[in-house]
Amino acid sequence: MSSLRELLSVLPGFGREAVAHWWMQRLTAAALLPLSVWFVFSIAMLGDASHEAVVSWLKTPSATVLMGVFIVMTFYHTKLGIQVIIEDYVGGWLQAASMVLLNVVCILFAVAGILALLKIAL
Amino acid sequence: MAQFNLPANSVVKPGKTYPPATASRNVKKVIVYRYDPDSKKNPRTDTYEIDLDTCGPMVLDALIKIKNEIDATLTFRRSCREGICGSCSMNINGSNTLACIKAIGEIKGDLRIYPLPHMPVVKDLVVDLSRFYAQYASVKPWIQTQEQSSLERERLQTKSDRERLEGLEECILCACCSTSCPSYWWNSDRYLGPAVLLQAYRWIADSRDEATTERLEDLKDTFKLYRCHTIMNCTDTCPKGLNPAKAIAEIKKLTAAVGN
Repeated sequence: MSSLRELLSVLPGFGREAVAHWWMQRLTAAALLPLSVWFVFSIAMLGDASHEAVVSWLKTPSATVLMGVFIVMTFYHTKLGIQVIIEDYVGGWLQAASMVLLNVVCILFAVAGILALLKIAL
Repeated sequence: MAQFNLPANSVVKPGKTYPPATASRNVKKVIVYRYDPDSKKNPRTDTYEIDLDTCGPMVLDALIKIKNEIDATLTFRRSCREGICGSCSMNINGSNTLACIKAIGEIKGDLRIYPLPHMPVVKDLVVDLSRFYAQYASVKPWIQTQEQSSLERERLQTKSDRERLEGLEECILCACCSTSCPSYWWNSDRYLGPAVLLQAYRWIADSRDEATTERLEDLKDTFKLYRCHTIMNCTDTCPKGLNPAKAIAEIKKLTAAVGN
């Protein structure tokens, strides 16, 4: 029966992480549905508004908060989605490297977005 | 890393053509994948022109006719010829199904028969299902109970508990669904695939089984379960009309509920 054992991969999975990943992907997707509509609608409304008008819009508390949540959710959801693609198609050391790169890029963009937002709002 | 060049012997070349034995107007071209790994030759597709007037109605009838009357070297699995054993699962005109319950009349144009996709070919239409069976064994597809079973009495179920097994217990493990799943193609070494997950859910859903928590814990894995990306090829192709994608979704919901 040793062949039966050999046929199944002995690589460890990531138990709890897998469930959390699945949950968070759905939660962020649900949050992004209304947030994306708000974002697109807001940008469309601003149309050819001046720099000052856009800045003063971003300074309103509701816009600041929603934009902050939108930035975090977008990059979190991006990270979760691309992680699945990497797990699917990339193996070995390249997988580990891609994961690190993915995390660094997503965190970097999210932090940059939040910092820019705070700089305008505060 | 992804491999972009094809491995040796993966290019399928046109093979022999066998003209019909009798002069008939009701002739169907049957194009069949042929491969013998021992011959070191590339796979080929042989074309058999068969007289449908002297052939049974199903694709399996055509294959049996070819083997009996034209080319005895054609290799395929078959047994029950009524869609209950799952032996004759193969890819017919682009869809995985059972040759014995697929009517030739349903197929317009030429009949194209290939083995189940993305599986090691043993010969012609016979694929190696060893890993598939090992994965099935890994989900412990038998009843597990806490207390010692008594030979004196049956384990009873209510009608509604029994109904939860409808659409699950009919699975015949033909592997049509698993081998139609792109996720299973890429990661069959670690992803269990739709057939095995449907079977796993069959025991999770069984009111008489008492190892539900252990079963769910075992499936909480990035690869075993969560490689399912709801592509739905499994449900689309199942020759028994079952819905493995729904069973997988139920498992995901349960692991999330029990999980955190």
